[in-house]
Amino acid sequence: MLSIQDLHAGIEGKKILNGINLDIKPGEVHAIMGPNGSGKSTLANVLAGRTDYEVSRGTVEFLGKDLLDLAPEKRAGEGLFLAFQYPVEIPGLNTINFIKTAVNEVRKYRGLEPLDAVSFLKLMKEKMALMNIEQSLLSRSLNEGFSGGEKKRNEVFQMAMLEPKLAILDETDSGLDIDAIRIVSNGVNKLRNKDNAVLVVTHYQRLLDYIVPDFVHVLYNGRIVKSGTKELALELEERGYDFIKNETSAVEAV
Amino acid sequence: MNSIEYFKERFEQWQPDAGHNGFGAIRQEAFNAFSKLGIPTSKNEEWKYTRVAGLFNKDYQFTPDPQPASVTAADVNRLRLPGYEEANELVFVNGFFSFALSVIRSSDLTVLALEEAAKNDFRELVAKQFGDSNKYIKDGIHALNTAFVHGGVFVHIKKDQVLEHPVYVYNITDARSANILAQPRSLIHINENAQVQLVETYITLGANQSFTNQVMEVTVEKDARLEYYKIQNDGDHTNQVSTTHIRQTGKSNVHTVTVSLNGGLVRNNLNLILDAKFCEAHLYGLYFQTGNSHIDNHTIVDNIKPNCLSNELYKGIMSDQSTGVFNGKIFVRPQAQKTNAYQSNKNVLLSDTTSVNAKPQLEIFADDVKCTHGCTVGKLNEEGLFYLQSRGIPEKTARTLLLRAYSADILEHIKPAPIRSYVERLIFERLESDIS
Repeated sequence: MLSIQDLHAGIEGKKILNGINLDIKPGEVHAIMGPNGSGKSTLANVLAGRTDYEVSRGTVEFLGKDLLDLAPEKRAGEGLFLAFQYPVEIPGLNTINFIKTAVNEVRKYRGLEPLDAVSFLKLMKEKMALMNIEQSLLSRSLNEGFSGGEKKRNEVFQMAMLEPKLAILDETDSGLDIDAIRIVSNGVNKLRNKDNAVLVVTHYQRLLDYIVPDFVHVLYNGRIVKSGTKELALELEERGYDFIKNETSAVEAV
Repeated sequence: MNSIEYFKERFEQWQPDAGHNGFGAIRQEAFNAFSKLGIPTSKNEEWKYTRVAGLFNKDYQFTPDPQPASVTAADVNRLRLPGYEEANELVFVNGFFSFALSVIRSSDLTVLALEEAAKNDFRELVAKQFGDSNKYIKDGIHALNTAFVHGGVFVHIKKDQVLEHPVYVYNITDARSANILAQPRSLIHINENAQVQLVETYITLGANQSFTNQVMEVTVEKDARLEYYKIQNDGDHTNQVSTTHIRQTGKSNVHTVTVSLNGGLVRNNLNLILDAKFCEAHLYGLYFQTGNSHIDNHTIVDNIKPNCLSNELYKGIMSDQSTGVFNGKIFVRPQAQKTNAYQSNKNVLLSDTTSVNAKPQLEIFADDVKCTHGCTVGKLNEEGLFYLQSRGIPEKTARTLLLRAYSADILEHIKPAPIRSYVERLIFERLESDIS
């Protein structure tokens, strides 16, 4: 589904990603972990198409297409979704209108007719029940004055509405208490199936108790330095990132 | 033309004949002021970023007396604002009030020629209130309007009268056969416990240049409420200096929204004089400029008496080579303790070739007051743009959504629904068409 090869990227002349290789297949859950500044969020944002970042080398193929060649909205159309670490507040933009526009633009991209008001409402009610989100929240301006938990729930609700093939969760657990993490994770798990995949980007292992990964990759200095199964996440939790740093510098010293 | 000489010639020809209408002395005094002050240059602090000399380098057809009607009811019909079926409509043509083209639907609304009002029952009111704005605006352009005051209108809302029909004011300039200078003048009195919605707009017919130099003075008495909406969407060959001066003489409520979407050079002076305890004033503004247009909003909130509240929010969207000025003065006089005065000006620049000069100006002479001001000039929210795009919304649509959202907290204050949807549509159409 997603194939990243030798990806190098940076921002304002500063190199952050130094050759990422990663393959994700339908039905899989991958976790990217790493210390602060290792490039986790950069990877998530480069995949979603944020223009501040410059890709200097490498390729990313998504469902047979050259992802890096597509504008952010086209990536969404192809089925990529990024749940933001810091969802943007937009006063004056009604959340429901925003989601309706997004759903219909994505449908248009996929050659489908826009949903009429009744069908949209039906879909929304269904996903609201699934995500345990209230109408009152969606009647407000987009993310404006939402609590941290509400913002993240709204992200996952949007994900439910857009039904992506690959969802990237960028530090979705940051700033959330354990109850909020549980609610958000339940939402993500309900959306999983054999045809879609999830890439969880996180600093801490705790989110992975709820969204259980098939593979865990450790990012350090812009490279994946270690890959394994969910046990690797537990090891990191126990030993901290220092052992990775030590291992890496030992390897580089050789 | 040499402006001063030109107007002097006009004035001297005309003034002796027109002297009988009761404004002779006022006109002479204003003309003397005009001669002395001249056309403001950038050396005048109030006109530093708005150059008006160019407006006076053109030849205008300027007539101190109304001409035979060149604008017909059919012309007006094409220009009417939505909701007119339910509105009182006051029409000015080339600066002169036209009874023939105006439509008064509220039977007890008083609409008189200004000269008529000055002679009869409203003599004292006119004497007291006419020229109140001179205390705040001391420049040659303002004096020029008064120097030729003639054919203006007086509107009186009676005590306890809640006007069920809004009042629409059309300032029409007929520039189909020549450049036109028009100087509309109006005096509006809102008596105790009365309520009115006033909607004003500007339309130029024809492709010649027009310059509208307008003065409206309003008095709002105790327990009265005024909503005032100014909609500016005239062509780019039109220019205006538009002064709205409102004095609140009793505990009252004034709500204003100024929407400036087009015009060559537009200068708005909006003065709110809070001259009684517990007055409330809300000033909202939205300007959205394209091409080479220039918008200048000068506002004054003068807190004279204690316990008044004012809230001001002006927002701008600037594109192409347009230029903007915001100057917000707040005065708090020594007596005006417990004043609450808030001011905010926000600007989004959509191109690298546009600019805004923003200047909050607070002069506070009382010690127990709450005053805040803030000003921002920046680009469209890039984070927001990426957020929307990442949800599948194409860039152009995303920009439109963001700018509509940005405008929303001004437009929601336009209370007459037909006017609000009209303005929303104008903005939406503009966003759809020429914003890249």
